[in-house]
Amino acid sequence: MEKLLEVKNLEVSFQTYGGEVQAVRGVSFHLNKGETLAIVGESGSGKSVTSQTIMRLIPTPPGKIKSGQIIFNGEDLVKKTDKEMEQIRGKEIGMIFQDPMTSLNPTMKVGHQIMEVLIKHQKMSKSAAKERAIELLRLVGIPMPEKRVNQYPHEFSGGMRQRAMIAVALASNPKLLIADEPTTALDVTIQAQILELMKDLQKKTGTSIIFITHDLGVVANVADRVAVMYAGKIVEMGTVDEIFYDPRHPYTWGLLASMPSLDSDDQTELAAIPGSPPDLTNPPKGDAFAPRNPYAMKIDFEMEPPMFKVSDTHYAATWLLHPDAPKVEPPEAVKKRLRKLSSNYEKPVVVKESE
Amino acid sequence: MQQIPKEMFQPAIADSREAEKISKPSLSFWKDVFIRFRKNKLAMFGLVLLILLVFMAIFGPHMTKYDYATNDLMNTNQPPSSKHWFGTDELGRDIFARTWYGARVSLFIGLSAALIDLFIGVLWGGIAGYRGGKTDEVMMRIADVLYGVPYLLLVILLMVILGQGLGTMILAMTITGWINMARIVRGQVLQLKNQEYVLAAQTLGASTSRIMFKHLIPNAMGSILVTMTLSVPTAIFTEAFLSYLGLGVPQPLASWGTMASDGVQALQYYPWRLFFPATFICLTIFAFNVVGDGLRDALDPRLRK
Amino acid sequence: MLRYISKRLLYILMTLFLIVTVTFFLMRAAPGGPFSSEKQVPPEIEKNLNEFYGLDRPWYNQYFDYLVSIAKWDFGPSFKYKGQTVNDLINEGFPVSFFLGMESLLLAISIGVLLGIIAALNHNKWQDYTAMVLAVLGISVPSFIMASILQYFLAIKLGLFPVARWESLQHTVLPALALAATPMAFIARLTRSSMLEVLSNDYIRTAKAKGLSRGQITVKHAVRNALLPVVTYLGPLSAQILTGSFVIEKIFGIPGLGSHFVTSISNRDYTTIMGVTVFYSILLLVAVLLVDIAYGFIDPRIKLAGGKKGE
Repeated sequence: MEKLLEVKNLEVSFQTYGGEVQAVRGVSFHLNKGETLAIVGESGSGKSVTSQTIMRLIPTPPGKIKSGQIIFNGEDLVKKTDKEMEQIRGKEIGMIFQDPMTSLNPTMKVGHQIMEVLIKHQKMSKSAAKERAIELLRLVGIPMPEKRVNQYPHEFSGGMRQRAMIAVALASNPKLLIADEPTTALDVTIQAQILELMKDLQKKTGTSIIFITHDLGVVANVADRVAVMYAGKIVEMGTVDEIFYDPRHPYTWGLLASMPSLDSDDQTELAAIPGSPPDLTNPPKGDAFAPRNPYAMKIDFEMEPPMFKVSDTHYAATWLLHPDAPKVEPPEAVKKRLRKLSSNYEKPVVVKESE
Repeated sequence: MQQIPKEMFQPAIADSREAEKISKPSLSFWKDVFIRFRKNKLAMFGLVLLILLVFMAIFGPHMTKYDYATNDLMNTNQPPSSKHWFGTDELGRDIFARTWYGARVSLFIGLSAALIDLFIGVLWGGIAGYRGGKTDEVMMRIADVLYGVPYLLLVILLMVILGQGLGTMILAMTITGWINMARIVRGQVLQLKNQEYVLAAQTLGASTSRIMFKHLIPNAMGSILVTMTLSVPTAIFTEAFLSYLGLGVPQPLASWGTMASDGVQALQYYPWRLFFPATFICLTIFAFNVVGDGLRDALDPRLRK
Repeated sequence: MLRYISKRLLYILMTLFLIVTVTFFLMRAAPGGPFSSEKQVPPEIEKNLNEFYGLDRPWYNQYFDYLVSIAKWDFGPSFKYKGQTVNDLINEGFPVSFFLGMESLLLAISIGVLLGIIAALNHNKWQDYTAMVLAVLGISVPSFIMASILQYFLAIKLGLFPVARWESLQHTVLPALALAATPMAFIARLTRSSMLEVLSNDYIRTAKAKGLSRGQITVKHAVRNALLPVVTYLGPLSAQILTGSFVIEKIFGIPGLGSHFVTSISNRDYTTIMGVTVFYSILLLVAVLLVDIAYGFIDPRIKLAGGKKGE
């Protein structure tokens, strides 16, 4: 598998009145060509900041990339100037945002907003760009694209606008598409349509996708791999099967247990995760999740857990994987799903810092 | 890997209250506003300036032995000196005394016009916005028609007919001046009354006046305050403008407007007669403007990070 | 569209009717005014007034005749000068005032918008502070003081411009600048804040994510949207320029309608004050209507059927 993107030890913080907020605290992951990676977490977990940092869209100041690398196609995006980034944004990496109501310019025709990308990156003429814009609108499933291309965003419904946003993001065939909660602001039925569309387009274009969401339920449908973020860190990462059928981190357990599912025989109660995420101006000393963790041990309040490798593709940062840790039972809702996965190592292995 | 003592792996459940604790000290809304306002150096400067101006308006006239209205035809158009700190005017009156006496008049006009606008505007806009429907329709149509009347023209007309005087000036200014406030209050109330917490209060059986004064007005207070701060300089401006047209407060009363418009005629020979009143008009309007802007920025939740 | 315009016209007519009525009854109430018995005017003027208002007839006849005259664009005789009507005054003075007003309107908009955009693009940098200090100064100085000081320094002391009068284009520069100062400051502040708001919008982030350059984003996405509130300000702006012209024309000795109006105020030329007020009101109301119609064309979200902004 060829790596398209590799994020190494990324740290991003924001300067605010209250002090420095460490929004992303050492995140590392990679993305293969043609693959979909879902990044899951609560609001404030740093997932959006991570994705916007890849595009270098965080406002600086107050934002700042403190350290780390973002290797895209062999080049480090952190080192690029703004001018160089213009050749990456929209051309190599496309992005879809959460709120389709506000993400399109209200006073510019939808067609024109797609054409902009084509004219800028594909050096198309106006008329060729318009042709292509109509084609793209048809591709994302907008009926009567010849008419729609001349309409303004307020004449589109929410789902239609998100389709138009996807057309904008895909206009110049990017290698990577970042979708930042693309379905959160939409009705459930529309959500499914948009997800279907994205899967379909990925098949056709072969683009890689980073899919940011707080909804684990959405993830199972679209992702190949999943990274779970908490308090600015990735706490568990693995293939969809590994995360859903063999989760190791108590936070992932919590997320899974709080997810309603149709196939479960509604006897198990939905379990909420108590408390709220920590204040990232003063991140806690040990494991950031410890205060909300029913399985917490003394060490969780003292030291941050290292990353343990459960299989070639499965990582989790929890002291529960330490050989000296007591065996614990995951919550009922999770236990019912557990399957033995053959790819697992015999014992979890600690990942060295340098790796 | 470093050795970790076994007892560290004992379960240690955090106090559940601990997990629910909010780790950031919570600030009340107005405290938060105040902190942000204080960070705005320009606005703080304006506030200090305003306090100083009010102080001088109260005590300034007593700091000199000269009276604002006493003519001294032996000492006309004197430049600033140790006797007459700001000089004298064409009738030999002390400009220092007149300036601070004028400050009283100008500030009185500005503040009372703003307060009357506030009173009528909040009442009119609040009722229109809260009652909605037909009441709103009728009340706002009236306001719309009045709003179309050119403000300064009406004020001029009224001053010509009613005659010059402090009372008539304030009356003329407020006769349509309140509409702006009414529109803003109505907009706020319309927006706020559909918020969940107001609906919740209604469901719990809170009375109309309780909802109005406990929920709507306090939450609209920000916009009201800003509008009011910015309507004071408008009134002071209007006063100066009217004075220039010869419709200011009658002699020997002094206001910054009448002093400045007299000073303009004498600019070439006795520049101090314009300098002092003009400077204080500008400083006052400047101060109100930056305080108003500062308040607005401090209140704007979008700037909250 | 047509429905919207006719609805607006109806409002304008209502407002005008209100203004005409109020001026008429205020004038009747004025002691020493044209309708009071102790007025002291020369017989010729008495005759003019009688012809126009029919002073011996009951008030409702007078009022009705006055309404009809206004509708026929006849503003009646002067109360102080024989043989002069308000219409003469308007025909003579208004073209001058109009030229001056347009010149300062253009100055105010072009410089104001430019300053505002520069300030917003350099938010919290020295360009921002400089532009805003200039703008606050413009707002804080009453126009007659500003004009007198400009005249004193630029014309009398430095001799850069003619001191007064209305003879060549050169004569217009200083008054136009003095007249434009305050509105320019307002526009600069308005443009800045609206630009800052627009720049914080999601669609600006989208434009950035498309790989557009800062310049492209500013021109194509930000400025256009930021100027919408500035367009709505053009109504109050014309009012500001109009009332400002009273003072400026007087200071610079310009024979426009504004200075005639100020003269009639100090002469207590009641009927002229009344007529010019009505004329100015019509002017401003029409200006506001034109601005609103123009706005409907510029902002695609507004359907001019009396609807409000869509979500």
